[in-house]
Amino acid sequence: MTTPSPTLRKPRSTWTPAQIALTVVALALSVIWMAPLAWALSTSLKTPAESVASPHWIPKDFTLDSWRKVFEAGNIPNWFVNSLVVSVCVTFIVLLVASLAGYGFARTEFRGKSVLMAVTMAGLMFSPAILGVPLFTTVQSLGMVDTYWGMILPQCAPAAMVYILYKFFQSLPRELEEAAFIDGAGRWRIFFTLVLPLSKPSLSAVGIFTFIASWNNFLWPYMVTNNPDLMTMPNGIATVQNAFGIVWPQLMAGGLIAGLPLIVVFVFFQSQIVRGVAHTGLAGQ
Amino acid sequence: MSSATSTVAATTLRPRATTAADSARLRWSRRFQHGGWFVAPFFVLYGLFVLLPVVRGLYLSFTDANISGDHTNFVGLANYREALKDDLVWNSLWHSVQFTLYVVPCIVVVALLMALIAHHTVHFKWLWRLCFFAPFLLPSAVIGNLWWWLFQPTNGMVNHVLGLTTPWLTQKSTALLAVVVATLWWTVGFSFLLFLAALQNIPQHLYEAAELDGANAFQRMLHITVPNLRNITGLVIALQILASLQVFDQAVVMYQFGPGPEESTRTFVQYTLEQGFTSYRVGYASAISFVLFLIIAAVALGRMWLLRSREEGISR
Repeated sequence: MTTPSPTLRKPRSTWTPAQIALTVVALALSVIWMAPLAWALSTSLKTPAESVASPHWIPKDFTLDSWRKVFEAGNIPNWFVNSLVVSVCVTFIVLLVASLAGYGFARTEFRGKSVLMAVTMAGLMFSPAILGVPLFTTVQSLGMVDTYWGMILPQCAPAAMVYILYKFFQSLPRELEEAAFIDGAGRWRIFFTLVLPLSKPSLSAVGIFTFIASWNNFLWPYMVTNNPDLMTMPNGIATVQNAFGIVWPQLMAGGLIAGLPLIVVFVFFQSQIVRGVAHTGLAGQ
Repeated sequence: MSSATSTVAATTLRPRATTAADSARLRWSRRFQHGGWFVAPFFVLYGLFVLLPVVRGLYLSFTDANISGDHTNFVGLANYREALKDDLVWNSLWHSVQFTLYVVPCIVVVALLMALIAHHTVHFKWLWRLCFFAPFLLPSAVIGNLWWWLFQPTNGMVNHVLGLTTPWLTQKSTALLAVVVATLWWTVGFSFLLFLAALQNIPQHLYEAAELDGANAFQRMLHITVPNLRNITGLVIALQILASLQVFDQAVVMYQFGPGPEESTRTFVQYTLEQGFTSYRVGYASAISFVLFLIIAAVALGRMWLLRSREEGISR
C-alpha cells in the first residue's frame, strides 16, 4: 500500500509532535476497536469454568478444547462448504448478469430501455427485509425452499450492483469500442474481450462486496431453510447457540471460525477493497 | 432529432464525403438496437425475485392468506385497518426509528473522526484501516453472539473494563443502547472508508494555496475540508438511515430471537417476520411490510429531492 500523495512536503523527520499525538490517538482507537475480538479469542482459549469466573484477559488454563469441540460438533465444516458454495455461486452469477445489464443500459439501445431502467432503479428500495414474507412464498411456489438454488438465486438480482457498473461503463470512452467495431468485432466480442478487461477495478469491487454480503447474509438463509445440513455458517452458529446451551468458549470459537476467512481475505485484498469502497462511494454521490 | 438536422445539413451543404469511419459509426449505433439481450438475464432473475414478490406482497396484503396459501379470501383494507390499531406495529416501528436516531449520528461522527485521524497520520495507515474495518467483515450472527457475551453483567468485558455492574441486556433502559453500541462497532468501518476516500480525493493544491494565503490549520479545515465532504456525508447519512430502519439480525441474535426485556427491542422487521412465520399470517405480514416500504421510499425520494434542489441551487 503506497499512497502517492505525500502529506508532508518538507523532507525532515516525519515524527513531528503533532504526528506523534495523532498516532497515539489512532493507536488508542485501534486498541478499543480490537478489544472485543481479543476478548473473544481469549474466551475461546479458556475452559468453560474459567470463562464464567471473574473476568481476566490472559487464560490461566490455556486450552484448545473449545476449538476442537466446535470442529467435532460435525456441522462446522459442512456449514463452511455450504457458505463457500453459496457465496461463490452468487458472486459469479451477479458479476455476469450485472455487468451484462449495466453494459446494456449504458451502451445499447432497445425498445423500453428507459422503462426498464426506471424499474431497476426502483428496485434499489426493495430489500429482503421488506420483501421477506412474499419472497418466501414466491420461492415456495417455485419449489425452492430447502434447496441450494433457493438460497442462491434470490440473492442474484441486486439493482445496486447494476447501477454501479452502469455508471462505470458510461464513464468509459466510446472511441475504443467504436474502433474495435470498425475493425469488425461484434458487440458481444467487444464486451467480453475489450470492455470487461478494462473494468477490472469495478468488477472486483462488485465481486468483493457481493461475496462479503452473501457470506454474511443471515436473514435469507434463516428464512429459506431449517435443515442443518443446508445451513450456512452464520445461520448454523446463530441457531445452534440455543441447542448446545451456552458454552461461551465454544460460542466464541465458532464465531471466530465464521469470521476469520473474510478477515484473512481482507488482509490480502486490502487495497482492492478500499478502492472498491471508494469507487462505489464516488458513484453514489 | 440530431440525425434529422445532420441529414438536412448533409443534403444542403455537403461539407465532405462521409468517411468509412463515419458510416461504420452509424452502423455501430444502429447495430446496437438489440441490446435487450444484454439486460435479459438480469431481468429474468429480477422479475422472479424482486418484481414478482412485490406484486405478490401487494396482492397478499389485501387477503387473509396463511403460510400454506390455501383458503385465501379477499379482505379489502382489513389488514391495513388492523395494522393502524395494532399497538405492536407502532411499538416495533418506534424501536426501529429509535435505533436509527441513536445509531446514525454516532456512526457519522465516529467514522468522520476515524477518517480524519487516519488521513493525517503518516505511518501505519494500513493498520488503522485494518482495525477499524475488520469488524464489518464479521457475520451479523457473530456480532450478536459476541456482544451478548461482552454485555454480560458479571463476567462480560464491557463491565469489566468500565468497572460497572450494569445489567445491559436485561433492563429496558439500556437494552436498545446495547444493540446501538454493537452496531456502531460493527458497521462504522464502511462509512469510515467512504470518508477516507473522499478526503483523499480533495486536491492537495487547495490546501497549499490556502497555506500560502496564511490560513491556519483550523481555517483550512473549515473552508476546504468541510465543504468538500458535504456530498459524501449526505450519502453516508442516507445509506445509514435506510439500513438502520431495517435493523433485524444483530438485535434478534443478541436477544435470542425474543422481544428483549419488557419487549423493548422488537424491531419492525422482526415483527413482520413473527407475523409471517410464527403466526402464519402472511397477508397481515405483507401489509405491514408495505408500510415499511412506504417509509423507506419516502426517505429515498426525499434524498433525491434534496440533491436535485441543491443542484438547482448551485446552477442558479
